[in-house]
Amino acid sequence: MIANYGYKDGSGDYYISIDTDRCIDCAAGRACLTACPKEMFEIITDDYDDEVACIKQANRRSLAYDCADCKPSGGYASLPCTTACTPGALKHSW
Amino acid sequence: MNAQVAEAVAPEKKEFWRWQENTWVDESKDWRDAKIVTCGIDVGSVSSQAVIVCDGELYGYNSMRTGNNSPDSAKNALQGVMDKCGMKLEDITYVVGTGYGRVNVPFAHKAITEIACHARGANYMGGNKVRTILDMGGQDCKAIHCDEKGKVTNFLMNDKCAAGTGRGMEVISDLMQIPIGELGPRSFDVREEPEAVSSVCVVFAKSEALALLKAGYTKNMVIAAYCQAMAERVVSLLERIGVEEGFFITGGIAKNPGVVKRIERLLGIQAIDTQIDSQIAGALGAALFGYTLMQKQGAAKAA
Repeated sequence: MIANYGYKDGSGDYYISIDTDRCIDCAAGRACLTACPKEMFEIITDDYDDEVACIKQANRRSLAYDCADCKPSGGYASLPCTTACTPGALKHSW
Repeated sequence: MNAQVAEAVAPEKKEFWRWQENTWVDESKDWRDAKIVTCGIDVGSVSSQAVIVCDGELYGYNSMRTGNNSPDSAKNALQGVMDKCGMKLEDITYVVGTGYGRVNVPFAHKAITEIACHARGANYMGGNKVRTILDMGGQDCKAIHCDEKGKVTNFLMNDKCAAGTGRGMEVISDLMQIPIGELGPRSFDVREEPEAVSSVCVVFAKSEALALLKAGYTKNMVIAAYCQAMAERVVSLLERIGVEEGFFITGGIAKNPGVVKRIERLLGIQAIDTQIDSQIAGALGAALFGYTLMQKQGAAKAA
């Protein structure tokens, strides 16, 4: 399942996609939890009883601001979360 | 103060946005004959539904406006359908809560997200050919892909912005002073299709609608422009995850042909039709989840 967390508003689309099929048996030891400086990820049991990562509810409506420091303008060459997610389950839409 | 003066000073305010609440029970069946009776309660931001499923088949439902607290809304929704068929809470084997207020349904055995429930409900209502679901809820909009069993394969939700939601349509209904049920048909009663209002924000769309009226647009033209804007808005959301054949629309706005036909025109595909109330998809899916869980547990209501 591809779970898209985020929103679309007048300024653009801000979604973080998580491919739960790649996330279930995480080969990276849930590295996303510690890689994100804002600690936006958490592990939940989804509706189909799989343990997968998701974006915390508190951050889902403010991704454009919460992720801003990790974008190139914040001094990062690559996003810490997508780099840490070696199975390639994570993607940013912007 | 006589009545005429009182009315002139404080005229009764009509609420054009008020949509029709309804209760339905399948009179051809008797729930007492069922082995497993499950219930799904969808407490949404605007409406609440309770659906009763007997042995995996839709038996009855109640759809009403959400009140000022979720537990009471859940109780009232369920009471409405139970009263109609002479059922008591203890007659129900399993209750699943869904929607925004799902964790506040006091008698629910389990809570499941509305995304999974809408996919399951749409699979029942539209059949196993349903692959893409657009749920236009009261205060959010969801685009969902599912497989032939109604299991979610991809989803996207927008609950930050009211554009493309039922609330947006309610605002326009009140502004135009036209009952919400008439907006769809009236949006086609125009000589030529106007361009969509340019603002995606409900607040600014309202301002723009007023400006269009001042510029000489008829009410029907303004409604058509707003329906088109709403259709364009949700289509852009759908395009993020892609649209597959087997397109199904749930939620209150599925009852508005002014938006549905324009979405179909923009996508170039026809939505699958159903005789079941589009607003109950989430609660129906929740009740079906409950039935599957009960089947797995091998539990059956004592005869």
